[in-house]
Amino acid sequence: MRRRSRARAGWLLSAPALLVLLVGAVGPLLVVLLYSFLTRGDYGGVRLPFSLEGWFRVFLRRDIFDGTVSLNTDHLSIFWRSIWLSLTTTLVTFVLGLPTAWFIATRPERSRPLWLFLITIPFWTNLLIRTFAILEVIRNEGLINTVLMRLGLISAPIQILFTDWATLIGMTYVYLPFMVLPLYAAIDRFDRRLLEAGYDLYADRWRVLRRVILPLIRPGIVAGCILVFIPALGAYVTPRVLGGGTNMMIGNFIELQFGQGRNWPLGSALAVTLLIAVMGALLLYLRATTPKGGHDG
Amino acid sequence: MRALDGVTLAIGRGEFFTLLGPSGCGKTTLLRCIAGFETPDSGRILLDGRDITQDPPHRRRVNTVFQSYALFPPSDRRPDIAFGLEMLGRPRAEVQERVARMLALVQLEALADRRPEALSGGQQQRVALARALAPQPAVLLLDEPLSALDRKLRREMQSELKRLQTETGITFVFVTHDQEEALAMSDRVGVMAEGRLLQVGTPRDIYDRPATRFVADFIGETNFLPAMAGDGLVRLRSGEVVAASPLAGPVTVAIRPEQIRLVPAEEEGVLAATLEGATYLGTDSLLRLRLRDGSSVIARLPSVPGTDAAPPPGSLVGLRPVPGAVQVLAE
Repeated sequence: MRRRSRARAGWLLSAPALLVLLVGAVGPLLVVLLYSFLTRGDYGGVRLPFSLEGWFRVFLRRDIFDGTVSLNTDHLSIFWRSIWLSLTTTLVTFVLGLPTAWFIATRPERSRPLWLFLITIPFWTNLLIRTFAILEVIRNEGLINTVLMRLGLISAPIQILFTDWATLIGMTYVYLPFMVLPLYAAIDRFDRRLLEAGYDLYADRWRVLRRVILPLIRPGIVAGCILVFIPALGAYVTPRVLGGGTNMMIGNFIELQFGQGRNWPLGSALAVTLLIAVMGALLLYLRATTPKGGHDG
Repeated sequence: MRALDGVTLAIGRGEFFTLLGPSGCGKTTLLRCIAGFETPDSGRILLDGRDITQDPPHRRRVNTVFQSYALFPPSDRRPDIAFGLEMLGRPRAEVQERVARMLALVQLEALADRRPEALSGGQQQRVALARALAPQPAVLLLDEPLSALDRKLRREMQSELKRLQTETGITFVFVTHDQEEALAMSDRVGVMAEGRLLQVGTPRDIYDRPATRFVADFIGETNFLPAMAGDGLVRLRSGEVVAASPLAGPVTVAIRPEQIRLVPAEEEGVLAATLEGATYLGTDSLLRLRLRDGSSVIARLPSVPGTDAAPPPGSLVGLRPVPGAVQVLAE
C-alpha cells in the first residue's frame, strides 16, 4: 500500500520533466520523422501525399534526362567529410587531452580545481565568438601567418581558413574539454600504485601506458570519444564559419535543405540519418563500457 | 631528517631477511631503493656484485609484493601472473607453463581467471605472490604483505611464505612492523629506527641479545631497570648485584618477563621483591612486582593446573633470572 502510493508520488514528481521531454524532444523528433516521409512544398515546408523521395535522395540520385539511378557522390562526400573530420577531431583531442588530463590529475589536491576551472573557461564564452576568435588566429592576415611571415619562415600566407584543416582546428579547440574532463575523472580514479607494479614487472614507460594505464582508463577514453565524436558529427557553427561555404558537414547540409534548398523532406531524412548514426555510436559505447559477463557473473 | 641514514647491509643469496621497525623508520624506503622506485642521494646498491643503483625498476631482476597487492584489473583478460613474463618477452608456451606452475605453487589452480575484486584478501595475496615470483627474480621484496589479513589468515600465510621461499630458493626481503612475524619467518632480522639500522642478527640473537634499549623494547616485552656498573659488576640502585660487565657508569639492565623465576625470598643471591598483583591469562600469569629500589618488574609465570602460580598480593618473594637472561645495555 505504502509502496504503491510512494510510486505514485514518484510519477507525480517526475511528471513535469517527463512532459518537457515529451513536448520538447520526442514530439519534434516525431514531427521530423513524419516530414521525411512527405512531399516537398514549393516554397519550403511539406505537403501530402506521403513520399519516399526525401529518403531516396539521402544517398541516391536520379538522372534528370534518362532517369537512371546512381549513388549521390556529393552527399556521400559530405557524409564522408563529416565522419572523417569527426574521427580525426576525436583522435586529436585524445592525443592532446590524455597528457593534459594526466597532468591535472597528478597535481596536488589543492590546485586541481584551478586547472579544471581553466579547462572549463571556454564554456563561459559564446561558441560563435570563440569560433571567430579562431578565425582571427588562422586567417591569412591573422596571428599565425603574420608571426610566421615576420620570422621569415614563410614568404606567403598559408591558406588555412576555409579548408578542412580550419574546421579540424576549430572543432579540436571546441571539443577538447569534453575529452579532458572524462579522461581526468578516469585518471583520478586510477590507482597510481599500479604504475609501480607495472615498472616492477619489467614494463618500460611505453608498455606501462599501453598495458596498464590505457586498459584501466578505458571507460574514460570511451566516454571522452563519444562526447567529442557525437557533437562533432552534428557540428554546425564551426564548419560554417571556418570551413566556408564549400567544406560542408552534415549539420550545414541539413540546414541548407531547410533554408535555400527548400527541401524539408530531404533535410528531415538527413537529420534522422544523422540521429541513427549517433545512436549507433552510442550503442558501440554501451557495448564497450558494459563489462562482459565474467566468470563471476 | 633523512629517511635512510648510513645503512650498510649485506643480504645472502637465498636468505629470508626481514626489515623490522615501527612505521616511519625507513624500512619501506629501503625496500623501495632496492626495487628502484627511489634513488638514494648517496651510496650504492649491488645485486650479484653488479651496481644497480641507477637502473630503473624494470631493468632490475627484483620483484615486489605490494602492501596493497596492486593487482591489475584484468580488463584485457590476461592474468596478472603472466604480465612480468610477457614483458620479458618469454615465448607463449613458456609463459603459460610458468603461470600454471605458479598457480599450483600458491595453491590457486581453481581461480586462475577471476577478477581481483572477486578474490578474497588471502587469494589476492596469493595472486600477488605468484605474479612477483613468476619471472624468477633474484630478490623478492615484500612490503608488509600480510598487514591487511586477519590474524588467522596471517598465521597461515606466514608458514606459506616460508614454504615458498624454501621451495623457490629466492632471496626474500620482507618488511614488517610485526615482531612476531619477523621472528617466526626470518633467517635474519634487521631492526630499524629513524632511518638507521640498529641491529642485524638471527631472531634468537635479536631477542636474547638486543644491542640497544630500543631493540629490546621493540621486540617482545622487557623490564628495564636502572643500574650502575663498576669494578666488573652491575648493581641495581638497591646495591644488589645482577650481572658482571666490563662497563662502567650508569647502565640499563634488561630482563624478559618470562625469563624470571619466582623463588623463596630467603634464597641466596635473589632479588627481593614485593608482589603487588597478578593477572591470570590462561597459558601463564602476569605478576606485577616491586623491587627494593622502587622499580617495578613484570614476571610471566607458566600456568600449572590446579595451583595458583602467584602467592597472595603483598607477599615478599625472591626473583631469579634464568642464566643468560640479564642483558646489560650501555646508556
